[in-house]
Amino acid sequence: MIEFLIPLIKVILALVWLLLLTLYVADWVERKESAIIHDRIGANRASIFGLRMIGLFQPFADAIKMIFKEDFTPSFSRKFLHSLAPFLSFFFVAVTIAAIPFGDTIRIGSRIIKLQVLDINVTLLFVLAMMSLGIYGVILAGWASNNRFSLLGGIRGAAQLISYEVAFGLSLVGLIMIYPSLKLSSIVHSQGELLFGFIPKWGIFLQPLGFIVFLFAALAETKRVPFDLPEGESEIIGFYTEYSGLKWGLFMMTDGMEIVIVSTLMTTLFFGGWQVPWLQADGFHWPWGGEWFLASWIVVILQVLAFNLKVFFFCWFQVLLRWTYPRFRYDQLMDLGWKLLIPLSLVNIVGTGIIMSL
Amino acid sequence: MAHFLFFLLAIVCVGAVVGMIFSRNQAYNALLLVLAFAALGGIFGLLSAPFIAVVQIIIYAGAIMVLFIFVIMMINLREGIPPEKKKWTIYLSAVLAFILIVELILAARGSFQALTGPGGEEIASPKALGKLLFTEYLYPFEITSILIIAALVGAIILVKKKEEE
Repeated sequence: MIEFLIPLIKVILALVWLLLLTLYVADWVERKESAIIHDRIGANRASIFGLRMIGLFQPFADAIKMIFKEDFTPSFSRKFLHSLAPFLSFFFVAVTIAAIPFGDTIRIGSRIIKLQVLDINVTLLFVLAMMSLGIYGVILAGWASNNRFSLLGGIRGAAQLISYEVAFGLSLVGLIMIYPSLKLSSIVHSQGELLFGFIPKWGIFLQPLGFIVFLFAALAETKRVPFDLPEGESEIIGFYTEYSGLKWGLFMMTDGMEIVIVSTLMTTLFFGGWQVPWLQADGFHWPWGGEWFLASWIVVILQVLAFNLKVFFFCWFQVLLRWTYPRFRYDQLMDLGWKLLIPLSLVNIVGTGIIMSL
Repeated sequence: MAHFLFFLLAIVCVGAVVGMIFSRNQAYNALLLVLAFAALGGIFGLLSAPFIAVVQIIIYAGAIMVLFIFVIMMINLREGIPPEKKKWTIYLSAVLAFILIVELILAARGSFQALTGPGGEEIASPKALGKLLFTEYLYPFEITSILIIAALVGAIILVKKKEEE
């Protein structure tokens, strides 16, 4: 019984974490940050018993509004696929959270529990596979709407996602060579070691070029400005033109979840995941000598907090980018993907190989 | 649990392929094929070969079929047009199908007795699989890659616009 309950609890906790963070990133952080950039105040009216809390209740007000809006399916659309598409794109992003390690292990009684839902030996490829299946949501939404603008948006989306998926995968090859594993948990474990005795062995220090390529490719995968050609947010002409109500909301949530998932991936792969610099299982070991021992439960809490902090930082960073830069033109987008990012990632692979063989 | 999942995936896989054969709409054909590939990936996962499962999904469902669907939606074929029929193609396809079945049975004959369980460490870990590919199966591997590159170059030459004379 307990063998069945533990994974269930882990799945529920991971999903609640993802959805709450998504709600806040896609709604509150997005609106407040853009407001500050525009020198406005931003959403601050939602209140419970007169308590406004700088608009922190706003995401719930927006979610309730979205749920009760009319769900309209155009008469000319392909009904079944039109309804299926938002669920597909939501599902394939939400399922990737299973592969992300939130922390090391905790010990309850005699039982050791991993703070990760799915720990197969190819978790990194699992995430890539699920993200590549997410394309079907975009294509089907565009095609099943039976509307030319939607179809064009869907085709732009598919072309963009396929192009950047190549760079996305290739940018990680150097990383896989250094921490020889496809398992996210052991990649994070390897990042706990030290370089020259004082720099944490994080991906960003070992694979700076890989990180830059990954950053651009990941931003393109989230389909937001400056890469928002599939949806054309300022014109609202894109693959979800024909959607309304909760189905549109699912696309919106998918966008938010992609930000969160990309942030967790950047954290896990390039910024040490749940590792805190110089913190080992029994406490801090400072590089200038001296140790500071901590109880194991404090260490676990610090690690989970560090993971969350890094993820929050990257969510904030992506929202900042989205409100700072204008959109790429379509040919610029393709040039950036095929003529710059892919050659750079190949250079990175060869360079990593040469340095490793020295 | 494993048995239940296996039969579920097997039914989905076979059902999707049968549906694909009988459906006349090209877009639905491609989507059903994606479903079959996804179910096949799940079966590989059940056979404790997660690497092959994930690669199956990335390459077939995530890359190749996306391009198929992309093209089908771009050229927007009308639905329900029966494929062109000629008398001799029916006979030829029957003969070819028979030859294919015989060939498949001959190829797989030896492995029917060996079906005792999942493949074990050699299939499960990417490291062992990679080692096998680059030592024992090096020549087939390289020949396959040359074939694929030749096909790619051929496709590019075919679609390339002729220079003005």
